[in-house]
Amino acid sequence: MLGEYLPILVFLAVGFGLAVVLLGLGLLAGPRRPDAEKDSPFECGFPAFEDSRIKFDVRYYLVAILFIIFDLEIAFLFPWAIVLDTIGVFGIVAMGIFLTILIVGFIYEWKKGALEWE
Amino acid sequence: MNIVIAMPEIFLLSTICLILLLDVFLREDCRMITYLLTQVALLATALLAYGAMDGEKTTGLNGMYVRDDLAGVLKISILLLTFVVFVYARKYLKDRTIWVSEFFLLGLFAVLGMLVMVSANHLLVVYLGLELLALSMYALVAFNRDDGRSSEAAMKYFVLGAIASGLLLYGISILYGLSGKLEFAEVLTYVSSQNVLENIPLLFALVFIVAGIAFKFGAVPFHMWVPDVYQGAPTAVTMFLGSVPKVAALAMLLRVLAESMGAAQPGWAQLLLVFGLLSVFLGNLIAIAQFNLKRMLAYSTIAHMGFILLGALTGTTEGYSAALFYTITYAMMAAGGFAILILLGREGFEAETLDDLKGLNERNPWYAFIMMVFLFSMAGIPPTVGFYAKLSIIQAVMQAGYLWPAVFMVVMSVIGAYYYLRAIKMIYFDKPEQTAPIQAELDFNILISVNGVLMVLLGLFPSALMGVCSAAMVASRL
Amino acid sequence: MEAIYLAIPLAPLFGAIAAGLFGKKIGRAGAHWVTILGVAVAFLLSVYVAYDVMGNGNSYNGTVYTWAVIADIRFEIGFMLDNLSTMMMLVVTFVSLMVHIYTIGYMHEDPGYQRFFSYISLFTFSMLMLVMSNNFLQLFFGWEAVGLVSYLLIGFWFKKDTAIYANMKAFLVNRVGDFGFLLGIAAVLLYCETLDYVQVFARIPQLSGANDFKVFEDTKWHIPTVIAILLFIGAMGKSAQVPLHVWLPDSMEGPTPISALIHAATMVTAGIFMVARMSPIFELSDTALNLILIIGATTAFFMGLIGIVQNDIKRVVAYSTLSQLGYMTVALGASAYSAGVFHLMTHAFFKALLFLAAGSVIIAMHHEQDIRKMGGLKKYMPITYWTSLIGSLALIGFPGFSGFFSKDLIIEAVHESHLWAAGYAYTLVLLGVFVTAFYSFRMFFLVFHGKERFDTHGHGHDDHGHHGHGDKPHESPWVVTVPLIALAIPSVFAGYLLDPMVVGSFFKNAIFVNDAAHGFDLGLKSWLSAHLAIEHMSAEYHGVMGFILHGLMAPPFWLAMAGLATAWFIYLKDDSLARWAYDKFRWLHTLLDRKYYLDDFNQNVFAKGSVSLGNGLWSFGERVMIDGFVVNGAAKAVGWFSGVMRHLQTGYLYHYAFSMVAGILLMLTWFLFF
Repeated sequence: MLGEYLPILVFLAVGFGLAVVLLGLGLLAGPRRPDAEKDSPFECGFPAFEDSRIKFDVRYYLVAILFIIFDLEIAFLFPWAIVLDTIGVFGIVAMGIFLTILIVGFIYEWKKGALEWE
Repeated sequence: MNIVIAMPEIFLLSTICLILLLDVFLREDCRMITYLLTQVALLATALLAYGAMDGEKTTGLNGMYVRDDLAGVLKISILLLTFVVFVYARKYLKDRTIWVSEFFLLGLFAVLGMLVMVSANHLLVVYLGLELLALSMYALVAFNRDDGRSSEAAMKYFVLGAIASGLLLYGISILYGLSGKLEFAEVLTYVSSQNVLENIPLLFALVFIVAGIAFKFGAVPFHMWVPDVYQGAPTAVTMFLGSVPKVAALAMLLRVLAESMGAAQPGWAQLLLVFGLLSVFLGNLIAIAQFNLKRMLAYSTIAHMGFILLGALTGTTEGYSAALFYTITYAMMAAGGFAILILLGREGFEAETLDDLKGLNERNPWYAFIMMVFLFSMAGIPPTVGFYAKLSIIQAVMQAGYLWPAVFMVVMSVIGAYYYLRAIKMIYFDKPEQTAPIQAELDFNILISVNGVLMVLLGLFPSALMGVCSAAMVASRL
Repeated sequence: MEAIYLAIPLAPLFGAIAAGLFGKKIGRAGAHWVTILGVAVAFLLSVYVAYDVMGNGNSYNGTVYTWAVIADIRFEIGFMLDNLSTMMMLVVTFVSLMVHIYTIGYMHEDPGYQRFFSYISLFTFSMLMLVMSNNFLQLFFGWEAVGLVSYLLIGFWFKKDTAIYANMKAFLVNRVGDFGFLLGIAAVLLYCETLDYVQVFARIPQLSGANDFKVFEDTKWHIPTVIAILLFIGAMGKSAQVPLHVWLPDSMEGPTPISALIHAATMVTAGIFMVARMSPIFELSDTALNLILIIGATTAFFMGLIGIVQNDIKRVVAYSTLSQLGYMTVALGASAYSAGVFHLMTHAFFKALLFLAAGSVIIAMHHEQDIRKMGGLKKYMPITYWTSLIGSLALIGFPGFSGFFSKDLIIEAVHESHLWAAGYAYTLVLLGVFVTAFYSFRMFFLVFHGKERFDTHGHGHDDHGHHGHGDKPHESPWVVTVPLIALAIPSVFAGYLLDPMVVGSFFKNAIFVNDAAHGFDLGLKSWLSAHLAIEHMSAEYHGVMGFILHGLMAPPFWLAMAGLATAWFIYLKDDSLARWAYDKFRWLHTLLDRKYYLDDFNQNVFAKGSVSLGNGLWSFGERVMIDGFVVNGAAKAVGWFSGVMRHLQTGYLYHYAFSMVAGILLMLTWFLFF
């Protein structure tokens, strides 16, 4: 049984080996003359304006989380739509319940003001 | 397609959605309506669960769901305990500026998760219920957003909880890899056909699953979250977290270990023995060094959970009944104990150090007496119910042939009595440091009195509840 | 019916709770009404139940509530109602009711009025639980509960040092007895594996052949003997038998109603009742019966002797109680259980009467208890006088009065007994009759006849609040005299129950052998009846009048008359004889006055010995070994360990996660390699 996993092992070995070889080549073959300018962090060619560990507005997260929920809903809806002809009424009802719960949540977040930026 | 067996859960879910919608359209000063509806929903669900108890074991929803008397007893306990906890919590929330409906809604979702766990007949359904419970709990712990400790506790709880549910899921997946089954009865068939102690992959699966369960209980070495979360969370949440989910955790243990892997008892009993003994040992010992009351109660919880694990590891009907009895009564006394803490606190002041108990007797003798009853019960001193609960566990453990663990439990109970008695000494013999009057509304007073008196009554007449517990076990063939 | 059975003990309990917890709210009158009502309900229901049980023969044995089941041993609350227990219930509730009423008069000035009523109702509850029990656990509960209440009541005047000393003493001495009792119950549990009377009685005979009670390696004892003796040690404590009698005279420190209720009529009879109840066990052991005979007879005679030299009116009655309890015990030893229980009943009536009468005298004398300072009270207190006379005649066994029947029966029974200790016992109980008559009438004459020796002018400043009554003693109020009269009636007539109770088959079901209920086999029964002196006597019995006539010619009557006459001669006619005897036999008087030095012995050997042993252990064992090493050492170790372990809780999330992973790894390793 384990024999079936041999290709995966080979794949892992090749992938790991390739990475090592490439990085090693760069390390050995490339010239290394660091100076202050080269070691400093950069953003798209500009010097850094400020510390990169800044606070993000919590609203970004809020929107991101709400997005994920509906994103996943879509991810669920696609396969459901494809097999709808085989699962029939049961499928319709189940998805109806699922969407109802989701809509309840949507109404809740709307009324709570989670969708308003200001 | 027998959806009737999930009637209480379906009802509860629909009610939650309704309350949720209603709540967003209500004015700020009508929060009381949400609260009342929540309580009515809990009672109505309990009534449905009671009506569903018919002595039969019915599975449905493609074998994923089960309805039996054990589920009925557990559900009714969970619902009624939540009802009581919410009454206590109302005072806490109202006294502070966090009188918002999310507490009750999240609480209801947690309850729903617990009900699903209780009625699960399938490992994934267990996981589903567990996650619903856990996610609601994370949010509840962080409930007081402006409090740094509350957020820190929630963060820790969330990360560790995620690890634990990962472990559980990993264990389930190994088991699935071995057997190709997830439904309890089929898993049992597979496990019964194996020589458990020789089957290393199966034992590994057991280790991970038991670890996930032990985390829910807060047993050593998966206990680290307990003190921090208990201390950090708002007291009302601690009270909820420290009482009701313990019943659900026991349900998970009974369903997953006893029911679906009963044949592997020699394997998981070893794990539970180690975790249980460590919990009883560390919980009682470290509690002595605590001066924060909530932390002390947290360590005491760990010790109590050790007792429950030890009772359950016997694999006998007596042991399971004793564990169930212990869990239900422990949840009652824990809820009561935290309720007294709520009573002692007020706006801008949290009662959480031992010193806050000082001279309670002079401030209010009746509350002092009730608190003494709770502490006596936790210490296991007759005639309170805690004594009988401990006695029946130790009895079951001894009958199952674990003599030395039983002796160890007794010794640890004696050590544990120290810190409870220290608190009682402070209540009765020290001068009060606070002078603010202690008062509560009528419903709170009635419930806390009934709660306290029940601790004594159940201690004197334990056979009623014990009979229910063992009948449930027998009906579920455990 | 079960509801009624349950209501009998619970009614007094309710009264006790109401008067005890809410005494301030319901007031003094409320307290006595609620408790009297509770006991009255218990009494009336007892009468009803007694009618049902005795008249219709509906005995009952059943469980009301199962408290716990541990390893197949059931701990239950249940009732066994047969002729024996219903008779006890009647006696307990009746005497208790009388005492309750009497207390209104006796205690009306006391600040602890409500507390007192609460206690005596609680006592009634405990005693009822004890007698109604159908298992050893409940018996033990009742046993300890009456002990507790008796402790509370002896020390009722808790500001009085002597009362505190007395209740401590009663408690400690009873502990000794209870220790034996508890061991006995443990032995029953060990060998019978049940605590239910009926099952135990069924199993005990099977053990009588086995001699394998092992304490040390090579000693094997007869099991029923061990059990019987251990149980009897309990009875010795509660029923104040030598040498565990020392607490009873001191218990007179409590208020008089208590002396009447507890230390004469009911609690002290618990031991007698228990032995009678356990007769199937005791019947299996000759050794135990001989021991009971010796202890009982010793108590009966030697405690009576002490009564002669006492001057405190209550102490005389107390020693008389001891002596009478000795008689009952002797009856048990002679296997004449029904005679013993019969005497228990008659004694309960006339001794409660005597105590209450003594209390009445004490009230009249403004709490003076020394009989040398009384005298000539007959004309002031006619009701007390006549009722006391009835009580005294009953006590000495004057023909026709209740005590005569029961006591004669006991003496006859001992006479008929075949046990080797019976000769000793017979001699002592016969002599005891003379002694009883002597001390009873010594007290009676000193109190009611002769010169008035009390100080009529000394009480103007007394602290008991008697004012406006004049200087002369006067009869007590009706709440005191009514109970006296009510108790005097059965003191005379209870004896005529002899016919149905003892000679007939009244106690056949309860005491001896019931083939159906107790499961004895017939062979054993015939062996048993060979023991039973009563059956022997029944054959010679020809009706009550015949019994009286026979009694008139028997030695006990003449001994009693001689005692009475001696008392009359010495204390009323000519006291030179007393003085002569006092001079000649001063050593004897001192010996009796010092109560055979038993108290001094206990005080010096046990009390002081314990104290010095305790001191020795304390200074070395406790301070050095236990405190320094074990207790403080253990506490310090726990504290230190606890302090160290709490640092495991660092607060860092990754430490927590590490602990979880480490736990998992350890368990995996465990399974992998072990």
